[in-house]
Amino acid sequence: MADRTYPDFSRIVPIDTVGVEERVARLNTRSIKKSSKVQALKLALSMLDLTTLEGMDSPGKVRQLCRKAVQPIAGRDDLPRVAAVCVYPPFVKLAKQELRGTGVNVASVATAFPSGHAPLPEKLDEVRRCVDDGADEIDMVISRGEFLRGEYAFTFDEVAAVKEACGPAHLKVILETGELHTLELVRKASDISMAAGADFIKTSTGKVTPSATQPVTLVMLEAIRDHYYATGRMVGMKPAGGIRDAKTALRYLVMVKETLGAAWLHPDWFRFGASVLANDILMQIVKQETGVYTSLDYFSKD
Amino acid sequence: MRTPEPTTDGLKLDFSGIWSYDPAPEDRGHAKIDARYGLFIGGRFVEPKSGRYFDTHNPATESKLAEVAEAGAEDVDAAVAAARKAFPAWSKLPGAERGKYLFRIARLLQERAREFAVIESLDGGKPIRESRDVDVPLVAAHFFYYAGWADKLQYAFPGKTPKPIGVAGQVIPWNFPLLMAAWKIAPALACGNTLVLKPAETTPLTALKLAELIRDAGLPDGVVNIVTGAGATGSALVNHPGVDKVAFTGSTAVGKKIMESLAGTRKSYTLELGGKAANIIFEDASLDQAVEGVVNAIFFNQGHVCCAGSRLFVQESVAGTVIRKLKDRMQTLRVGDPLDKNTDIGAINSRMQLDKISGYLKIGLEEGAEMYQPACELPGKGYWCPPTLFTNVAQSSRIVQEEIFGPVLAIQTFRTPEEALEKANNTPYGLSGGVWTDKGSKIFKMTGKLRAGVVWANTFNKFDPASPFGGYKESGVGREGGLHGLMAYLNLE
Repeated sequence: MADRTYPDFSRIVPIDTVGVEERVARLNTRSIKKSSKVQALKLALSMLDLTTLEGMDSPGKVRQLCRKAVQPIAGRDDLPRVAAVCVYPPFVKLAKQELRGTGVNVASVATAFPSGHAPLPEKLDEVRRCVDDGADEIDMVISRGEFLRGEYAFTFDEVAAVKEACGPAHLKVILETGELHTLELVRKASDISMAAGADFIKTSTGKVTPSATQPVTLVMLEAIRDHYYATGRMVGMKPAGGIRDAKTALRYLVMVKETLGAAWLHPDWFRFGASVLANDILMQIVKQETGVYTSLDYFSKD
Repeated sequence: MRTPEPTTDGLKLDFSGIWSYDPAPEDRGHAKIDARYGLFIGGRFVEPKSGRYFDTHNPATESKLAEVAEAGAEDVDAAVAAARKAFPAWSKLPGAERGKYLFRIARLLQERAREFAVIESLDGGKPIRESRDVDVPLVAAHFFYYAGWADKLQYAFPGKTPKPIGVAGQVIPWNFPLLMAAWKIAPALACGNTLVLKPAETTPLTALKLAELIRDAGLPDGVVNIVTGAGATGSALVNHPGVDKVAFTGSTAVGKKIMESLAGTRKSYTLELGGKAANIIFEDASLDQAVEGVVNAIFFNQGHVCCAGSRLFVQESVAGTVIRKLKDRMQTLRVGDPLDKNTDIGAINSRMQLDKISGYLKIGLEEGAEMYQPACELPGKGYWCPPTLFTNVAQSSRIVQEEIFGPVLAIQTFRTPEEALEKANNTPYGLSGGVWTDKGSKIFKMTGKLRAGVVWANTFNKFDPASPFGGYKESGVGREGGLHGLMAYLNLE
């Protein structure tokens, strides 16, 4: 932890909110039809981090979710499986057991999710435990209090330490953008997280309103693009929370396609953190195939 | 500490592969186009006395859309006579009554917005995204705006007695056919004038559809007359002794001719002419949004915009980054079928204009500039030009000095604000300009010194009927839009 090279924390990347919103509005006029729609729906399904993060989570609930992740519609092997199942740390072992050999990753929200208020050693212990239990991906939260009072080095060190503790596991850094309030701070938190080693940057815990929004996501995608050009390193993006329907998900994919290009249109580089989104995507896929909407009662609610 | 510009060696983003959009064409079934159109004179469509017709084409397919009458001198005579005849009653109508007609036109336009948007794209080549989201809504907004002024003219000019001028002769261009018709017709009618309007010969259809709509709105016969034709028709109208006021939007070359021919006559005139607007990006600007603004400034409507931001000045410290971002963004611009909802850049308006633009691309290369065009497949038929930018250009380059009126951007760099201002103002034109910086004081300093009629800060190509529009120097005479736009159609005593 000793000799870290910090980025220039005094640097502010100006972001014009009006301009960002206009760009999003223009991207939203893209009309996705026919085969390009089916392709995008399946892509979105394969990018899902199927999530359950409730106080009332139980082994039964996690088991059900894992089944859904591997085979989103019973009896249909032609649909892609989702990218990962995201659970609280106590359920990592179980999820790993359920998902072994399926290609679906286990992600866990370590580091005193969702507030992040815990001493660093405890957070690191939690991360190591999750990885030991078999987590492939760690979703950490930054300490927003420290970040907002300008302790940027604290944020950098925190992310770097968690990254180290992750070992082989991939690190997603949750900025909790709903608590950062300005797009310039979103950009700053993105830049610091990426410089400190984040494999993914992620908008939200889902516990704070607003969670993922398109303007915030666009700003983070642009940060990823600038980071790529500056370092040659690709960083992934995960909007989470608030994306409830397929139409909105496709709008996010349009943003990725036109900001970062084809390389990021892959579950390795883009994820949706969501729970109810899955069924709407499935319903739209079936609608494209049959021409009619099927009742939601035909899709499992887990 | 200066943050060094990132190196981009070997790094590239791929905006083509994996997932592409299927065609999403707008339905053209509800757009009714007649096989042949006469002249709209005295409240009805009449055969031209000239006996001549010309074809109007879809520039995206080169196929014929309709035949349109060519108004000769006699036809222009008849149109001006109809406007003269209608003037006394129309000008004496209470303002609130005139306003009612304008409100009605605005509402009818909104009801038929989709049809007008489709025809505008078919006849002119602009993407449906623009005709649907920009042109037609602004047209309706313009009529609504001036409808509101019709009964409030005394309050607009306290202490004066505003009186209409008489018959207005109006000649409009092909880049915003319907919008320019609205800019001309709405204030003229609100102020109590009658008029004869001549749309451009490559894009007459939406003006003729507007004539139908005006007839349906029950406007008294002869208040609005629309005659179609080319330069000779326009010249006959402008020089007609029965015309009291001339309003022209078009090229600076034609504008100069009109000015010459009007010199010494009693006619008043307003001219909206060419431009070579500069966008200035400072290193403290929000660069991603600035790049988006530059794209909207030059590639909007294929660059067929008199106030297009066709020159770009970038502070040297961020030039590499801005150019890289621009090139990336240009790769996501979709060129093709104007009726496809995903098209960003439609067809060039005519063969003639395409030849002119192509000529300038050649000149640019001959002058030693570096040209960049993203790889894009152009349709086999029709008139197309991919978005283009030139770097390594000089202030003395012709592509920097002359108006190209196409999707072609010339990029230069600067070191100090003074240098940017000097170069930006170093043009015979002065229609518009743009400044991009995060710093408010810099915005005021720069915009106060840019010699241009319209200056945008951290945005570009924003139009509102309440805002006056017009040029310095060879970009024009007079203002349209807003309160200023009323003055052009009133005698203030």
